[in-house]
Amino acid sequence: MKSRLVQHITGLLALSGVLFVTSCKPKGVVSEVDPDIAQKVYVPPGKHDEFYNIVSGGFSGQITVYGLPSGRLFKQVPVFSQDPESGWGYSEESKPMLQTSHGFLPWDDQHHISLSQTKGEHDGRWIFANANNTPRVARLSFENFKTEEILEIPNSSGNHSSPFITENSEYIVAGTRFAYPLDDEGANPDVPISSYKENFKGTLSFISIAPDTGRMKVAFQILMPGIDFDLSRAGKGKSHGWFFFSCYNSEQAHTLLEVNASQRDKDFIAAVNWKKAEEYIKAGKGRVSKTKYRHNVWNHETHSATSNEETEVLVLDAKELKDLLYLMPCPKSPHGCDTDPSGSYIIGSGKLAALIPVFSFDKMLKAIEAKDFEGEFEGLNVLKYDSVLHGEVKKPGLGPLHTEFDGKGFAYTTMFVSSELVKWNLETLEVVDRQPTFYSPGHMMIPGGNTAKPHGKYAVAYNKITKDRYLPTGPELCQSAQLFDISGDKMKLLLDFPTIGEPHYAEAIPASMIESNSRKIYKLEENKHPFVTTSEKDARVVRDGNRVDVYMTAIRSHLAPDNIEGIKVGDDVFFHVTNLEQDWDVPHGFAIKGAANAELLIMPGETSTLRWKPNRTGVVAFYCTDFCSALHQEMQGYARVSPADSTVELRFGIGETAPK
Amino acid sequence: MKVYVIAAIGFAALTLSSCDSKEKAEKDAAANPSPQQILANTPATHGKLSKPVELTTPLNQEWVKTGLASYEMKCLACHKLDETRIVGPGWKGVTERRTPEWIMNMIVNTDEMLDKDPTAQEMLEQCLVRMPNQNLSEDESRHVLEFMRHNDGVQ
Repeated sequence: MKSRLVQHITGLLALSGVLFVTSCKPKGVVSEVDPDIAQKVYVPPGKHDEFYNIVSGGFSGQITVYGLPSGRLFKQVPVFSQDPESGWGYSEESKPMLQTSHGFLPWDDQHHISLSQTKGEHDGRWIFANANNTPRVARLSFENFKTEEILEIPNSSGNHSSPFITENSEYIVAGTRFAYPLDDEGANPDVPISSYKENFKGTLSFISIAPDTGRMKVAFQILMPGIDFDLSRAGKGKSHGWFFFSCYNSEQAHTLLEVNASQRDKDFIAAVNWKKAEEYIKAGKGRVSKTKYRHNVWNHETHSATSNEETEVLVLDAKELKDLLYLMPCPKSPHGCDTDPSGSYIIGSGKLAALIPVFSFDKMLKAIEAKDFEGEFEGLNVLKYDSVLHGEVKKPGLGPLHTEFDGKGFAYTTMFVSSELVKWNLETLEVVDRQPTFYSPGHMMIPGGNTAKPHGKYAVAYNKITKDRYLPTGPELCQSAQLFDISGDKMKLLLDFPTIGEPHYAEAIPASMIESNSRKIYKLEENKHPFVTTSEKDARVVRDGNRVDVYMTAIRSHLAPDNIEGIKVGDDVFFHVTNLEQDWDVPHGFAIKGAANAELLIMPGETSTLRWKPNRTGVVAFYCTDFCSALHQEMQGYARVSPADSTVELRFGIGETAPK
Repeated sequence: MKVYVIAAIGFAALTLSSCDSKEKAEKDAAANPSPQQILANTPATHGKLSKPVELTTPLNQEWVKTGLASYEMKCLACHKLDETRIVGPGWKGVTERRTPEWIMNMIVNTDEMLDKDPTAQEMLEQCLVRMPNQNLSEDESRHVLEFMRHNDGVQ
């Protein structure tokens, strides 16, 4: 009944829109827009979307959360980049999350995400994310939509083919896009760049996920020749136990790769038998590589992160362990490397190829058994292309990049150069539909489209080029996402919506699996922050030499203490602010004039710390930055800063207890 | 469609009735009544308490203690124990002015009270800060009530 009512209203709205448009625009404009698409993306005020769309933030370093089908942006979750809005990477508690072996890093390039799976299906527990620039992986929880763990990847450079996941979340992977002279202990990385072939290596890392906590650990790495690993996907179903990595630059070029890495007719997809790798590790075949990398973990009870240094990783050499992996020739610098829901087919997307090769897992096993090799590449077995091929999709378009599946026997591939989404039949390999995108899609996603059980219904293309799609905003434009209805035989464009950063990949999961588990508050009783203040009566200021700790509380609508005297120029002041609220959606903010970091944004029941080094004498205002109540504007206070040699006594209070 | 019409009528009825009782409450307030009169005139309390509140003497000292702990963590920032109003009203005499059910509902069903209860709405008009729901359980709110009775001199 409701949907019919809504249909009616939106139908009328759409109709009136059409009438309006026809009356003042030239003829022909209307014909592009089907009036009933409005109701397909219309989520009435106060109603919720059907899917959460978890979208990589590219060079923003963060992750964004959208609703589908509306395309509404709900949240940008800080991951690898500092975020002054939330204080991420600025608050004392969150700084350790951005520690690396290179020191504190304020930015990274976030490319792909993976949602945790059980039995090949979404399980709604975690989101994993990769950092491409300084290789790291992150884990976020769906309960908190917060980054809870960041693990640096040792012996790596350009972590692109990451963080793709196995069907029971046994592992996420990481692979080197930029081969380099490994710099673990004992190695000499100071070599001429022209010695690439001799000295540069790649690694494929398998990061285990603890089933109960999600805690990550670099379980082992596979040492590979110096080529560029691009994307990857786990096998599923029958191919569970295998992982597939696309690679380019089998030319092993180190300069002008645009030309020099596009010479060979075929590069490879590496098929890695990770169950075999586990056996080798168990049998003690792993070499201990001494290296340094950081493991950073957030604790929801102390509301703080810790950063620990790890010093070892186990390495298996693919050259020595011949049955660990095999190379399948794949035309022309493949990007996407995607396994279908049944795990039977591996689809390679050669960026420069005029066809899409579809490999058969069954044939691959047979070819391995029959040792049907065409030769070796850098000591690795190369299978014969024809022996492992299921078939080729002919003339799909130009520049195939990435493929997902609807669970109904169809695959959808993005075409970067010809700027379209192409639907084809997995068995017959015939193209059945193509729709233009605006413009030049990179990845696309179907809800659950990388799992054994796609949820289907929609496809979203994440376009690299926006041009004229929105109101222009100078030279720099937002990126553009496009939502398609894929429930029928033909794909239908429903909606454009702008995105933040450059979304390389995204996943979508039914809201019904997530929303009821979303945390509302942190319980004050469970707050174990070392500087927590759980009652306003305990709000205080403590001096220890030059260090001043302010134990502050925030509740609608005052900060306590709100008058502080006796701070001196040169002091190191820590405002530890506890939000005493226990109600959903009542964060408080904290900012003080001249602070060299950012604001704090403190969730109900949380404690956060802002460090402040006053450098001049005077009375300095601080206040709540998040509009919290009708008296939010009154949520303010003063700190008096006296000269370094002053004898002004340390005093503090609020209301009656304020210093007289 | 029928469902919607009925729902709409129902909603209209609800809105009307809450307006009526609000006017009544305003009249009462104007008369500057004693705590006992306030208590007698307080309309039925909204909320979802699972059982009737029983007040017993002597006070349960264990509850007074845990009630005090909740007060210090979750209430003290806004409520003083004498008559002074800071953010919210002082607690002195509250157990004489309000029914135990009203007080406990205000603690555990805060938003519903602020949205529907005329007395709570009247307090909101004075204080202008929506009382936060501090996420106490019904049992914890009972303990806070015991602490309030203690604060009001009940032995």
